[in-house]
Amino acid sequence: MLKLKLFKAEKQLLEGGTVARKLTVLDIDKCVGCQLCMFACSRRFGEGGFAKSAIRVKSMGGVERGFTVIVCRACPDPPCMKVCVTNALSLRKGGGVTLNPSKCIGCGRCADACPLKAVFWDDEANKPNICVHCGYCADYCPYGVIGLTEAE
Amino acid sequence: MMPDKILYIDLSKRRFHIRSRPDLFEKHIGGTGVAVRLLLEECPEKADPLGPENPIILAVGPLTGLFPMASKTVAMFKSPLTGNLGESHAGGRSATAIRMAGYGAIVVKGASETPVYLAIYGDEVYFRDASGIWGIGSSYTVGRIVRELESEAGLRTIMRIGRAGEKMVSYASVTVETYRHFGRLGLGAVFGSKKLKAIMISGKHSVKVENPQAYRILYDKIFQLTVKSQVMKKYHDIGTSSNVIPLNELKALPSLNLRQTSLKNAENISGENLAEKHLGRRVSCSHCPVACIHLATLREPYEDEPYFYKTTMVPYDYEPIYSLGSMLGLTETSGLLKLIDEVETQGLDAISTGVALAWATEAYGKGLVTSRETMGLELKWGDGEAYREAVRRIVTQPNEFYSTLAKGVEKAALKYGGMDFALSFGGSEMPGYHTGPAAHLTFLTGARHSHLDSAGYSMDEDNAKTGIRMTPRQIAEALFKEESWRQVLSSLVVCFFARGVYKPDIVLECLKTVGFSPGITLEDLGRIGVETLKSKNAFKAREGFSHRDLRIPRRIIETETPLGTLEEEFIREGIEEFFRLLQ
Repeated sequence: MLKLKLFKAEKQLLEGGTVARKLTVLDIDKCVGCQLCMFACSRRFGEGGFAKSAIRVKSMGGVERGFTVIVCRACPDPPCMKVCVTNALSLRKGGGVTLNPSKCIGCGRCADACPLKAVFWDDEANKPNICVHCGYCADYCPYGVIGLTEAE
Repeated sequence: MMPDKILYIDLSKRRFHIRSRPDLFEKHIGGTGVAVRLLLEECPEKADPLGPENPIILAVGPLTGLFPMASKTVAMFKSPLTGNLGESHAGGRSATAIRMAGYGAIVVKGASETPVYLAIYGDEVYFRDASGIWGIGSSYTVGRIVRELESEAGLRTIMRIGRAGEKMVSYASVTVETYRHFGRLGLGAVFGSKKLKAIMISGKHSVKVENPQAYRILYDKIFQLTVKSQVMKKYHDIGTSSNVIPLNELKALPSLNLRQTSLKNAENISGENLAEKHLGRRVSCSHCPVACIHLATLREPYEDEPYFYKTTMVPYDYEPIYSLGSMLGLTETSGLLKLIDEVETQGLDAISTGVALAWATEAYGKGLVTSRETMGLELKWGDGEAYREAVRRIVTQPNEFYSTLAKGVEKAALKYGGMDFALSFGGSEMPGYHTGPAAHLTFLTGARHSHLDSAGYSMDEDNAKTGIRMTPRQIAEALFKEESWRQVLSSLVVCFFARGVYKPDIVLECLKTVGFSPGITLEDLGRIGVETLKSKNAFKAREGFSHRDLRIPRRIIETETPLGTLEEEFIREGIEEFFRLLQ
């Protein structure tokens, strides 16, 4: 299993005790489409490209119309979890899910169930890329489009 | 991990294959270095630029997808404008998409009999019928249609041509992500000659590195340099259009076909004024935090309905402001933006279009061409509406005059006269700097006759400030050094705007991180740059280029620069010195 490095936000979370946080799109209209968040997400695993990215930036039908950021919103009652047949997804504190890759069989139901299409797929591993709400991507957003907020 | 796979596509046979070519990438890095070797391999001697034998080569580099601002794709081909080396760079998502699709380079050969577009999803290549989108009036519309037809939004690039490319205007461009271009030297016409309307490329591969920890540390260093230091400030703030006021004050802003070097109302079309009045959105290339792409909002009422408005986004940068603004005496912002928008709609190179129109205006004023040639169109400085119509006619080519103008300013002057004020260098129209001898030596000696080849204008600007006067030899040596180093940057496909971040020591660190020849030294880097520059010039020599044939337009001698009146002898000496260094 891949070992996740602890990032600033996660450390804060541990040190701060009980407050759970989630990644939030703060102001989509400030997005310039640089995709640094997408690269950051895969870089957590020490690699380039997008294979492991759990966030995506795309234009709203041409860059002149601005961008949309697709990322897990940390649902309190996640549809992706409900359709997982092997119980590989469990509820995360603060919303959203955590993935147990050893249980995952790569069926793809979670990705189909997410209404935001925020469960991305790692074709190389045949597993979903699940956002862990660590905030690493937000550390590289130059314009404050995304950030960590307190989960309810 | 170094890129090594090359996708070869044959449009005539509608077949493709993938070959691993580590030899090319291990030796020449990527981008320009690899593209020029592929051009030497793939382009037969004396190829017709608009024939099926002319290859389109697209190459990216080993840092693409790993480090910020390694976001350019280098295109190489034989240019229909100059009849020689064609090289053009574009950003957008093009480089990221090519690398994420798994490739270091793509080679497109042959020609289709019917309109076609390519959809490349990783190692799957589809030849899609494009007859239903051929002939559509606006290149914007083509982008919209392909976006709907293909999937993977956010992970893809869509390169497309407009009507200008279809009609094979020698300086037609290829548009990428709506506002970035393979602008110069006519790649759009090469697409058109192959009946190739668009190329969509997508993928989401990973790029592995040997030492993830070291990679992340180096990444953060480059990221901090980019966002915190001053080196990217110009591009991050007002953008390249911040050049307008200083060049105007320096008397180096080519205006009215370089009859003047400043304009009374130049502040109107300055970056500062455009930002205040029109700037509506900032956009970035993939993996670049700078967002240098400036989009102006143009709000126009409907012609026939009160209280109805349309709002168009128009990109602006220094070069189109120069070529379509100051060169044509167009200093009113909405008129300028409408003209830029027309050039975008048709899919033309802004610089060549503006310089061609500036020549035509002067030729019309002097009676070399009359309203018979222009078909009743009165070309006069500052008349944006007439220029918009002229742009459309360059594309539709309703008579011999317009079809000649569509071949570039030099061909037009050959036929109609006015060669003294036809501003082209090596067959390519002049960029926006009349700063002094170094700028013009760049246009003349640069492998693609671009101001970006060796940036002599910047040397002139420094010399104007300090009062230092360089000899032809000193200029040639400095330009040679700069152009050689830029071969390294464009082989890495690092944006030239990021040259202040990617200094040689950082480049070395990056190359070691991605596993390029672990023992590489600064000397090796220098040698690679010089070798690539020599290869480009070897291709040019093979195709008949000789620096002794270079034409120096009379107008650049007639019009004074901030460093005084240029002397032809001085320039010739600089050219000789430069090519002596290349041997």
